[in-house]
Amino acid sequence: MTAGFPLDPVTGPSRILELLYNMKVRDVMSADIKTASRHSPLRDIQILMKENSITGVPIVEGSRLVGMVSMDDIIRALEDGRIGHPAESGMSRNLIVLEDDMPLSFAISYMEKYHFGRFPVINKNRELVGIITSRDIIVHLLISINRELEQLEEQDRAPAQQALEGSLNRKWYTHKFDFEEAGKASTEIKKIMKEKRPDIPPKLLRRIAVAGYELEMNQVVHSEGGHIEFQLDADAAVIRAEDRGPGIPDLENALTEGWSTANEWVRSLGFGAGMGLPNTRRVADEFTIESDESGTRAKAIFYLYKSGEE
Amino acid sequence: MHAKIKLQEIPELLDAEIIQGDAAENSIEGAYCSDLLSDVMANATEGNALITIQAHKNTVAVASLYGAPCIIICNNRPVPEDMIEAARDERIAIYRCSRNQFQVSGTLYRKMLDS
Repeated sequence: MTAGFPLDPVTGPSRILELLYNMKVRDVMSADIKTASRHSPLRDIQILMKENSITGVPIVEGSRLVGMVSMDDIIRALEDGRIGHPAESGMSRNLIVLEDDMPLSFAISYMEKYHFGRFPVINKNRELVGIITSRDIIVHLLISINRELEQLEEQDRAPAQQALEGSLNRKWYTHKFDFEEAGKASTEIKKIMKEKRPDIPPKLLRRIAVAGYELEMNQVVHSEGGHIEFQLDADAAVIRAEDRGPGIPDLENALTEGWSTANEWVRSLGFGAGMGLPNTRRVADEFTIESDESGTRAKAIFYLYKSGEE
Repeated sequence: MHAKIKLQEIPELLDAEIIQGDAAENSIEGAYCSDLLSDVMANATEGNALITIQAHKNTVAVASLYGAPCIIICNNRPVPEDMIEAARDERIAIYRCSRNQFQVSGTLYRKMLDS
């Protein structure tokens, strides 16, 4: 791997993952872009690169991106004696672009996948708005990591938070329409329960798994992404689900079986039957949910040693 | 209906191919037939085979959460590689046949009654 970001967007430390998903491409890209037209001679582009110490120049028509000339393209043009030719003769046309509101993690996985040093960034209207390089990513990650570490040191100096005796906390991140990783939190919650509380009744285990799964799928299908938190105490298990919006406009409806806002292709995968929240409420011993535009926060509590369950 | 059907009988019974044969269990106790995963989550019980046309990785997650010994994919729907891998990890067998959900359910139901 040439780019080789040693970051694992699945199993890495949760604080780093949070950074990768909370930072957007637009926070990291440089918006001050040097562009050229398709008629500019490659020689002019070479000079533009030299003067601005950059390694790639987007070729535009108005605000529309039509190609990209990289250092490699310039070298090839020099070798073939085409340096006086117009940009369109030497530019790459099959461009891989990023969108400005994608999480930074996308940019990193694109770098890994395609081995390009830079990606043009477009907005919702498909206009060129910036360019992102691996250097941009590294610099901004370092700034954020510094900030995180500062906070951590700050916390260390503060009196230690009480950690409940024998309690366990885990957190998983969910991403919009990422059905690949969906189901992970609930599968792991079930494994943790089996390992840590082998004595709990199978029906209870099942109820916890159902709630975990439904809350997780809700975030994948309906939200911009969020996280699932699992807390296991001596006598209770708690699943908290928090997402980043857009919120549920009508909670009453969302808690009604069969009511769904899922789109066709989500339904074709077998999700979005309008059973998620009703299922969760039914299986939990206590269930609370609140929602506004900033996101939805749900909590399901299970009492582990209630009598009478098999 | 508490009769069991051995996993190894299923391929012949349904004229099904074995897509993934490694399983933690060796028999099924009943089956649940649905293409709505939330419905499966809510209503299938441990030991039930899952009869469905939903051939993707998430089907395995649901099957493993409720405790399915095997998944039976109907109508010869293609089974993606990542689904097979997930099923191997969770040790849930996958069978695929050209019959539809009604025919598969009927065949298994009759077999249960007979045994």
